[in-house]
Amino acid sequence: MADEKRYFGGGLPYLSLTDLKGKLIAIEGPDGVGRSTHIEALQEWLEVQGHGVLTTGWTRSALMSKTIEIAKQGNILDPWSYSLLYATDFADRLEHQIIPALRSGFIVLADRYIYTAFARNIIRGCDRQWIRDVFGFAIVPDLVCYLRIDVETLALRVIESKKMNYWESGMDMRLGADLYDSFKKYQGLVIEEFDRMAEEFSFQVVDARRPPEEIQDALRAGIQPILKSRGRRRLERSAEKAVEKPDVTAVPKESASA
Amino acid sequence: MSASKSSANPHPYPGKLIVVEGIDGSGKSTQLSLLQKWLESQNFNTFFTEWNSSELVKETTRRGKKTKVLTPLTFSLLHATDFANRLYHQILPPLKAGMIVLADRYMYTAFARDAVRGMSPGWLRNLYSFAVRPDLVFYFRVPIEVSVSRLLSGTRAELKYYEAGMDMGLSSNLTESFKIFQSHALAEYDKLVDEFGLTVIDATLEIDEQQAQVRDIVSKSLSSYKPKRGTHGRREALFWRRFTLPQSDRP
Repeated sequence: MADEKRYFGGGLPYLSLTDLKGKLIAIEGPDGVGRSTHIEALQEWLEVQGHGVLTTGWTRSALMSKTIEIAKQGNILDPWSYSLLYATDFADRLEHQIIPALRSGFIVLADRYIYTAFARNIIRGCDRQWIRDVFGFAIVPDLVCYLRIDVETLALRVIESKKMNYWESGMDMRLGADLYDSFKKYQGLVIEEFDRMAEEFSFQVVDARRPPEEIQDALRAGIQPILKSRGRRRLERSAEKAVEKPDVTAVPKESASA
Repeated sequence: MSASKSSANPHPYPGKLIVVEGIDGSGKSTQLSLLQKWLESQNFNTFFTEWNSSELVKETTRRGKKTKVLTPLTFSLLHATDFANRLYHQILPPLKAGMIVLADRYMYTAFARDAVRGMSPGWLRNLYSFAVRPDLVFYFRVPIEVSVSRLLSGTRAELKYYEAGMDMGLSSNLTESFKIFQSHALAEYDKLVDEFGLTVIDATLEIDEQQAQVRDIVSKSLSSYKPKRGTHGRREALFWRRFTLPQSDRP
């Protein structure tokens, strides 16, 4: 029963989480820490092992991605619209991607999860409890990997690999005179929030200042035990089935809904 | 948490916020536009805002409805996003400027409709807890049969998919589904009357009878309200007092 998925808060009265066989793994960390690169490598690694993998990314929902783009161009000014735009994006992906995939036994790699929303929204003045209650419909991940880095190293890395941008520097909050100052202040606050949540929600903390190969190894080491528990469960199940009758139901009936 | 629950306390702004609520076909929009006509004729500055109308979100909601991808959750969140956007851009500025804001539907619409779709009432109340509490909320109560016949014979002449709750699979017949869905909504509204102290208007009465009641109640609630003068309303003497222009140079 340890495998049961549960809602982060109040949940959705109309949706039961009982038959979600897959695993949900969230990768969190500040902007530019290298999440997407590592997720790509993880997906490859998992697929080589024969696991079905779905990657889902922040703001990538069919419903909201365009709307959020437009909102960003016009500068969203109030903390509530800001929070709710992202909450809607997340909700759309949860119901149309994440839950169907979990039901079919996929491993879902989430590039950012609700903790990103918490950090960003709290910094922008949202009430801590309000935003957590809003996201009460989210599923608690089986594992949250937090790529932790200090803001000086992060700033260097972002300047080297891509440019600092308006939103990742939190320029909407006017924290500093220019992109660099603002980036450091903003991401510093983001990291502070993540650190706080890392303890509260028991994130698997990975030191992201190390070389990419070492980070990837650390991530895999963190994920491996979850895969094992999944395999064991499958074995237990087929053993039960073998007692009852030969495995006619090897293919789960829900698999069509992916 | 209590500090952020602005929806629970009277707002501190000089303006007034008046809301109309009711199921589709209750005639609330007609009543609100008549109220606005009257207030304007009394030299009040009014500002009208409507549910689900912000530039930012309206198009997304429209697309989501058209492609039928909205779930009870995303339906609810999209409307809340729209509301947040309008609260900040349309409702708060005129309230702060001392105007009378007239809102066609408010968070109570979400409390009624989204609850029927299966969202938890507690979650919905938290979701909208950043809202400003209105000074006056009129709820136009009407039996289902009346609203259906109004909608079918009136200007719209057809029921819409989500208005009829067709997404809930209540019935494959549009009118039938509308009746079931809106009856549930009516029951939810009735609960809200006590919880939030809504002012109930019998929406089966003649239009002018309802309007007379509405105006009567509004004028009472405006008794203590000090309207800001409009852009052309400032008295000459007051305006020119600041300047030391000779009398002859004044226009």
